[in-house]
Amino acid sequence: MTKCLILSMEEWAKKKNKKKIVIEKINLKIGEFTCVEPISLINTFNAAVLGSWLDSSQITIETIPFEGKCSKCNRLYFPKKENGYKSPCCNFNLEEIISGRELKIASIDFQEK
Amino acid sequence: MHLPISDKIELNILHQNSHQAEKNKIKFNNYNLLCLNIMSSPGAGKTRLLEITLEDLSKKFYSAVLEGDMTTNLDAARLEKLNIPVVPITTGRACHLDANMVSGGLKLLEKKINPDSLDILLVENVGNLVCPAEFEIGEHFKVALLSITEGEDKPLKYPIMFREADLILITKVDLLPHLNFDINELKSNIASTNPKADVIEISSITKSGFDLWQDWISKKILKFKNI
Repeated sequence: MTKCLILSMEEWAKKKNKKKIVIEKINLKIGEFTCVEPISLINTFNAAVLGSWLDSSQITIETIPFEGKCSKCNRLYFPKKENGYKSPCCNFNLEEIISGRELKIASIDFQEK
Repeated sequence: MHLPISDKIELNILHQNSHQAEKNKIKFNNYNLLCLNIMSSPGAGKTRLLEITLEDLSKKFYSAVLEGDMTTNLDAARLEKLNIPVVPITTGRACHLDANMVSGGLKLLEKKINPDSLDILLVENVGNLVCPAEFEIGEHFKVALLSITEGEDKPLKYPIMFREADLILITKVDLLPHLNFDINELKSNIASTNPKADVIEISSITKSGFDLWQDWISKKILKFKNI
């Protein structure tokens, strides 16, 4: 995942002319229902970019809650592992996921040299 | 220093992989070739499943395998004994196959045979219940194996894998009489995580469930090929 993030940044920077910019912040939106542990992503990113053009950048992560929709009564709810992800209102299985699968670079804050 | 410029891009971190996966899928479609991504934890029985499956399947359908492994070609060597095209993909330290690796594997397969002659490509992913679930490879269907020795709670502990799967094979069910294992609890945990998945119980020892699994594959191939 860290490699994918760095490759995405490389691709973005190519379009912007990398030599003329300094990245300050990479603002991510990471859903709770993904295979990404935010602190691990930050740590591995910081280690991977040491000495590179991204060395000065800082990662911020906005966690997007895991939200489902009960297919019986249409109520939104926060699925919990302890409850088998079922809806607390009708005890229905998790059919529709509304949010929580996000793995996004929301925005990049940078300075032009 | 000036205030930073903020570029709001809302870009999926995995977009490069997704883009390559889409290209792989177009290639599979052009070859009229159904692709299954076979995933599980290490030791759930993926390679044994493929050995038994391909003994029969390869008599009815032209089949090939891309065999993902971190460090060896041991699994690929087992499958090559079935006289079907097998391409090993050694991932090194990577814990999953990604779309680029599968694209590379497909290119090697193209050097061995003309994929136009194939009906199905089985991709055995690296044994891992976490990362393979997030990385599309261009497959048409995802098949997740879960052996009963892993415990009833795994669909809840690794929900992305079991949520993403189109079919879940519960393996090693011949061990049921010897274990304190509640298969109904497992099925309930699967259903609550992914109510849309098909579920088949299977044993590579007694061969129970293989008829259902072979039938599932055959139907998918025939439907894909519009036969």
